[in-house]
Amino acid sequence: MEALIALVVGVLVAAAVWLMLARNLLRFIFGLVLISNAANLIIFAAGRLTDGAPPLVPRGQQAPVDAVANALPQALVLTAIVIGFGLFAFALVLVFRAHATLGTLDSDEMRLAEPRPDPRGAPGR
Amino acid sequence: MSWLLALPIALPFGTAVAAFLVPRGGRWVSLAGNLLLLAAAGVLMAAVLERGVVAGQMGGWPAPFGITLVADALSAIMVVITGITALAVSIYALADVSRANEGLGYHALFNVLIAGVCGAFLTGDLFNLYVWFEVMLIASFGLLTLGGRPEQIDGGVKYVTLNLVSTILFLSGIGLLYGMTGTLNLADLSLAVEAADPALLTVVGTAFLIAFGIKSAVFPLFFWLPASYHTPIFAVSAVFAGLLTKVGVYAIIRTFTLVFDGGAGFFQPVLLWVAVLTMVTGVLGAAAQADFRKVLSFHIISQIGYMILGLALGTALGLVGSVFYLVHHIIVKANLFLVAGVAGRLAGSTDLYAIGGLYRSAPLLGLLFIVPAFSLAGFPPLSGFWAKYVLIVAGIEIGAWVPVAAMLVVGLLTIYSMTKIWAEAFWKAHPGGVEPRLGLLDRGTRWALLSPIAGMAALTVAIGLVPQPFVALAELAAAQLMDPSAYRAAVLGGDG
Repeated sequence: MEALIALVVGVLVAAAVWLMLARNLLRFIFGLVLISNAANLIIFAAGRLTDGAPPLVPRGQQAPVDAVANALPQALVLTAIVIGFGLFAFALVLVFRAHATLGTLDSDEMRLAEPRPDPRGAPGR
Repeated sequence: MSWLLALPIALPFGTAVAAFLVPRGGRWVSLAGNLLLLAAAGVLMAAVLERGVVAGQMGGWPAPFGITLVADALSAIMVVITGITALAVSIYALADVSRANEGLGYHALFNVLIAGVCGAFLTGDLFNLYVWFEVMLIASFGLLTLGGRPEQIDGGVKYVTLNLVSTILFLSGIGLLYGMTGTLNLADLSLAVEAADPALLTVVGTAFLIAFGIKSAVFPLFFWLPASYHTPIFAVSAVFAGLLTKVGVYAIIRTFTLVFDGGAGFFQPVLLWVAVLTMVTGVLGAAAQADFRKVLSFHIISQIGYMILGLALGTALGLVGSVFYLVHHIIVKANLFLVAGVAGRLAGSTDLYAIGGLYRSAPLLGLLFIVPAFSLAGFPPLSGFWAKYVLIVAGIEIGAWVPVAAMLVVGLLTIYSMTKIWAEAFWKAHPGGVEPRLGLLDRGTRWALLSPIAGMAALTVAIGLVPQPFVALAELAAAQLMDPSAYRAAVLGGDG
């Protein structure tokens, strides 16, 4: 099971890096979604995977009786998913705004804040 | 005890909510909230000085199972300096932030940002640190693009995307570290890593170094900073310049003294070269810029190099230098951005070739620029001189000649950039024939803009004239960082 998760993480990261190297911002954002899910899977697998043993405390007991799945990474992943979702929503709106204001999604064309140097050279003084 | 630790986080959050609910009086709510924050930070500082490391377990869950808030001298210093910066910027914001931007939620976002910064300084848990980073990040996204001018959107795209990459690296690092050690509590981690495979630990440490390196804008990961820091409104760029990258530096110092110090053989030379290259590229980048805030942005990068260098030297004195530098830098850099704001407002632009005449018509502003500018370059008797002095002595002590030479040369080149700003913005006549007098501003505006600048300039001079208590404080912080047993004992109980 760990090997499978590791493979999935590898594929996700590879696809994400490929997407994020594109100059198109929308592709970059999709790459970001993939890689953040890869990170979530890493955390999930780091807590060791147990098959079919939900971390439930039987009625009348203070602690689980048998070995159960590690609940902490699940809580961490849940937090990370929520945060990642919020950031993704913001990033998507930002890209939309960028397209509306700057008229392009090509990151090479976005030079408003850092204009290319004047070909005639810096003002002579 | 825990209320003392939770207060610097809860206060700004409360302020943010209150400022959001009172749209017309948000500025006064924010000002009052930041005054209270500074007071709370002062009380925390006093407690740390009196009792050593202070720790509190949130929700009553004992460490390492619950979330621990912990303040050693370094955390307390950073929270106090955050309080000072937040207060100065919230006074400045009274005049600088337009009604429109207030309506868009400036005060709420600003206070959430401050809460995130304080949380990052106070947490004793790695995953919690990630959460505070995110709180900070989402608030800073909002502040950076507030108003939505095209340049802001452009700068925002670069800032957001590169910071998100850093976040994901950080998160992956946390996952791997948890898989190796089974804990995320920093104090517990510092013990657990001793049993871990050093090679794997170095790999995970590298992920953390890159993640925090992006946050703190070190070479070669700094490109988001000069792309974005000159675009937001002035009050926002001042608080960004003062605090945000320094949270990254703090995180590097914290994790690489507490968790990854076993890999010192690998990380020390890496940090050393990163520091030297950061210093040099930053200062050279600044020399090529022609905008007030762009010059200052590149200088942030250059100064980050000094702070990392203190850690890389690996001695107690080096850490003293780092901590002292952090304090000095936050005050001076936030102040310079505030000055840039006033200059831009009076002269109509921050483009150095389009403005001028400020010294002739606003000599007071000239004086208020000269103090932090000289402090940045390291002139005695200002705070920057002592910060550089301690670091250079620490370098000479262990015979690290290349970094020492780099520090001296970069200091010299810093003077070049400051002279350029002085010559262009202050000395030469305004090319448009404008006379940028302070009298153009009405009385209230003038007070709100100039009093935080004057206050922070006075602080720089005070630290410069009486450095001893500040150095002693930095020494205390460095001693606690070098020997984390007090930190462990406070968090885990027992003798650590």
